[in-house]
Amino acid sequence: MSIVDAEADRSDTDVAVRVRGVTKAFGSGDSLTKALRGVDLDVPYGEMLILAGPSGCGKTTLVSIVAGTLEPSAGDVIVLGQDLVAMSHGRKVRFRRDNVGFVFQTYNLLPALTAAENAAVPLLIAGWRRSHAVEAASEVLDRLGLGDRLKNLPTELSGGQQQRVAIARAIVHEPRLLVCDEPTSALDAENGRITMELISRIAVQPDRAVIVVTHDSRVYSFADRIASMEDGRIESVEAGPRRSGLAVASR
Amino acid sequence: MLIGNRVKYLGIVFGVLFAALLIAQQSSIFCGLMFLTVSQIRDVEGPGIWVMDRNVEFIDDIKPMPDTDLFRVKGVAGVEWAVRFYKGLARARMEQGDYHQMILLGLDDATLVGAPEGLFMGNLADMRKPHAVMMDDAGYKQIWPGEPYILGRVFEMNDRRAVLVGITKASRTFQTFPIVYTLYSRAVLFAPAERKVLSFVLAQPRHGLSATAVCREIKKQTGLQALTREEFMEKTIWHFLSKTGIPVNFGITVFLGFVVGTAIAGQTFYLFTVENIKQFGALKAMGTSNWTILLMVLSQAMQVGAVGYGLGVGLAALFGWGSRGFTKLAFFMPWQVLVITGAAVFVIVLLASLLSIRRVLIVDPAIVFRG
Repeated sequence: MSIVDAEADRSDTDVAVRVRGVTKAFGSGDSLTKALRGVDLDVPYGEMLILAGPSGCGKTTLVSIVAGTLEPSAGDVIVLGQDLVAMSHGRKVRFRRDNVGFVFQTYNLLPALTAAENAAVPLLIAGWRRSHAVEAASEVLDRLGLGDRLKNLPTELSGGQQQRVAIARAIVHEPRLLVCDEPTSALDAENGRITMELISRIAVQPDRAVIVVTHDSRVYSFADRIASMEDGRIESVEAGPRRSGLAVASR
Repeated sequence: MLIGNRVKYLGIVFGVLFAALLIAQQSSIFCGLMFLTVSQIRDVEGPGIWVMDRNVEFIDDIKPMPDTDLFRVKGVAGVEWAVRFYKGLARARMEQGDYHQMILLGLDDATLVGAPEGLFMGNLADMRKPHAVMMDDAGYKQIWPGEPYILGRVFEMNDRRAVLVGITKASRTFQTFPIVYTLYSRAVLFAPAERKVLSFVLAQPRHGLSATAVCREIKKQTGLQALTREEFMEKTIWHFLSKTGIPVNFGITVFLGFVVGTAIAGQTFYLFTVENIKQFGALKAMGTSNWTILLMVLSQAMQVGAVGYGLGVGLAALFGWGSRGFTKLAFFMPWQVLVITGAAVFVIVLLASLLSIRRVLIVDPAIVFRG
């Protein structure tokens, strides 16, 4: 059974992300580079999917398309029931604001803002009053163990703490899709494990989906499924250890 | 975001500060010079109307009229009173035999209208003593540097004896010559002989009539040029603006300040934007609209602009205040200078942020996913 056949078994309402026949090419003529060559992928609600593969295999391109920050050259992209390909630029900006949370490899915290203010950014973008946004962000940071670091600037925090602020920022507005790009690559093993535990514990919910792009095999154990990419294609989708664990528990 | 990068922040503030300082300081010196050109009009307090030959363009452009013009002005309905006023240049031969060029002002013999207000040695009534003249203190120090003020000093103008009976404060003039005050009838003797000697007629409109309306009437009835005090100052300043190279010289300096300030601020601001492009990309990825990004960049630019402006005009004011005691620098900072400097700073930060705005608006939010 092909990957598409396997994915096609799910109904539209079960999946947070449905990608069909997506291609993406950069450049033109001799310099044309095909980053994605007909990708099919489903990410059901309540799942953490890890996109794995070597550098240059197209996983960042794929996640950029799924997150609505990049247009595919061809194919269909349905995220949370919305057709991203047909969506106007303005609607897509609002869609990302309301529905997508981001955790970046290099955190991308704003250096002049405190931890609480950084975590409050999505709420401020959504038009919340500053005091309310910071208060809500402070509660999330407290849950992530940074209750005593609310007023610290990013430069006053360790790498692990900065990534936790970035996670708080990604989930503070309760997005239904969380996209994490190499969230552990800048962290040591212990902080990487803590980060993935937090994402797994807080972000993975029955009405949400999480996509983690990584080539750090240490974090595979947190995945429900692992999609391996190679040369712009998804080579395999396998059940991850987390799903197996849950399966055992449910049995 | 910008405040978090102290070096860049200070760099942009410095660029704006430099421009604001140069623009405000040079503009103030320019205004100071222009202020000097009208100092003799300002010093003649009381009469609201200056009447002169129709071809006069500024205060030092003397085109003498016949004395009978005084009576023609007096005869105009709406004129309360009118007096003669002489202004000219005279060469004085001092006690030691050296010569000095002087500005000679002749006041109406009967009323002394136009007499200096700041007399601090001597008595105004002494002006009526034989050969009496008064001099401004700056002129006194110029002729007798380092010497104490002494009344009774004697010098000659046009081979006629002049006796110093008073020393007064007077506004500095553009020409920087000493100012000598005397009676009109005596002034025309100190001056080289001419057929026509009346420089100006100073007049006052009747109570309840506007000076402008009376000026119109004087012009209509006599054919002479009649200007209110303010109009005459404006005309004099306009002459220096349009007929001399002063505005161009100051304009070049101001323009250079503008260009250098824009270059420093623009380059630093652009570098800051490029360094933080991923943060901007992250904000866009998270759903920040281009409009909000635009406002963010502009508000940061305006904020550093305001700080740079405040520091720049503050330093310029400090410079003017500090230099007044020990230099002869003409420095005058009216509110218009602050407005013009503010407008220039606004344009500078706008230009400086334009490149950055373009950069952040076109940045692909997917940039945050690239390593």
